[in-house]
Amino acid sequence: MQPARAAARTSDDAPQQARFDERIRAEGKIEPQDWMPQAYRSTLLRQISQHAHSEIIGMLPEGNWISRAPSLKRKAILLAKVQDEGGHGLYLYSAAETLGQERAQMLEELHSGRAKYSSIFNYPTLSWADVGVIGWLVDGAAIMNQIPLCRCSYGPYARAMVRVCKEESFHQRQGYESLRVMMQGTPAQRAMVQDAVDRFWWKCLAMFGPPDDASPHSAQAAQWGIKRVSNDTLRQRFIDATVPQAELLGVRLPDPALQWNADTGHYDYGPIDWDEFWRTLRGDGPCNAERLGARKHAHAQGQWVRDAALQHARKQQARQYREAA
Amino acid sequence: MSARSKDGRAAAPSRVASDGATPAGQAARLGDWPLWEIFVRSKQGLEHKHCGSLHASDARHALHMAREVYTRRQEGVSLWVVPSHLICASAPQDKAGLFDPAADKIYRHPTFYDIPPEVGHM
Repeated sequence: MQPARAAARTSDDAPQQARFDERIRAEGKIEPQDWMPQAYRSTLLRQISQHAHSEIIGMLPEGNWISRAPSLKRKAILLAKVQDEGGHGLYLYSAAETLGQERAQMLEELHSGRAKYSSIFNYPTLSWADVGVIGWLVDGAAIMNQIPLCRCSYGPYARAMVRVCKEESFHQRQGYESLRVMMQGTPAQRAMVQDAVDRFWWKCLAMFGPPDDASPHSAQAAQWGIKRVSNDTLRQRFIDATVPQAELLGVRLPDPALQWNADTGHYDYGPIDWDEFWRTLRGDGPCNAERLGARKHAHAQGQWVRDAALQHARKQQARQYREAA
Repeated sequence: MSARSKDGRAAAPSRVASDGATPAGQAARLGDWPLWEIFVRSKQGLEHKHCGSLHASDARHALHMAREVYTRRQEGVSLWVVPSHLICASAPQDKAGLFDPAADKIYRHPTFYDIPPEVGHM
């Protein structure tokens, strides 16, 4: 951009920028038609669309168990839960679209690998206990992350998150309850739960993102009222809430350093393997290729349905016009 | 481009479009279902309230989709679906002109009037 033009643009935007800043300071909401800085728009667009992608990809690991659920009751619950995740994806895509990007474009970015989604879904679901652990821990961590987003400065995102959080509570509770049933079962069932917890615990802690001192965008997002609580604070909240739940359940959390600290009033915990986290985020996790492949396959397989529905709608409309004429 | 204006907002001069993030007319491509705004009546006797949007091929399809997306837990007894591009809304920059004139007309509120307490509830 030419310097002269950049300067002109800045002075043009100055009064609007001041109004925007004032509204953010006053904890007011920004709505789609309001003026907003381009960086605010693109930050939100990236965050909301990645959040939507995570909900959609998140259907896959659990969907894996729908046909193998141990009872009709558990199958009905899992179906409802997976459908909710799809619904959450749709609420979020709809919120992201208010920022001016077409849904097709967002999907294209997911399918081409340019857009990210939560790394937690790049791990396999090896046993039925994984379904319970995903509900309890993965959805539990997601809720911790999402509750502050209900107060996000961007109205459509905040409203979508209110709806999502209400529904996530069912997800976490059904997971915990299903694990409780298994923990009252045979030694093999209890071992299955412990194994699932062992595999997912550290991945769940990484879901909150890098430590605060290694999270460069957090400060700006906090200033804009997009990110209300820091990664490390949320992670600590999650650990503090989860330890007693694990004790009640009778499972061991796989961290020898996990210990109550009376001075801080929190649990201390061991180091997280961030190298593994970054590797998976970059695409080298155990299921990255499989997840994206399944998503692209489903989208391609559905193309004729989308085309046919649109053709049908056009035909119906043409018929109505003819009959009216 | 009016189709982008949603979330119960304006169709007309939209910032969203003028930022150039959305190429106009793209939604017409085959396979891209148009956008609909969804309104839910939560119970008989209450108004329909905007709750979000979705893509669907036509109105009937939009109703089916709205049922799946927005009323999985008995959130409603009735649905309205409206093509997003047909919604006309006031622009943020017109806010002062439209709504400020009401600010100095406090005599339109019942609390403006002093009534002796002996009169009782009025």
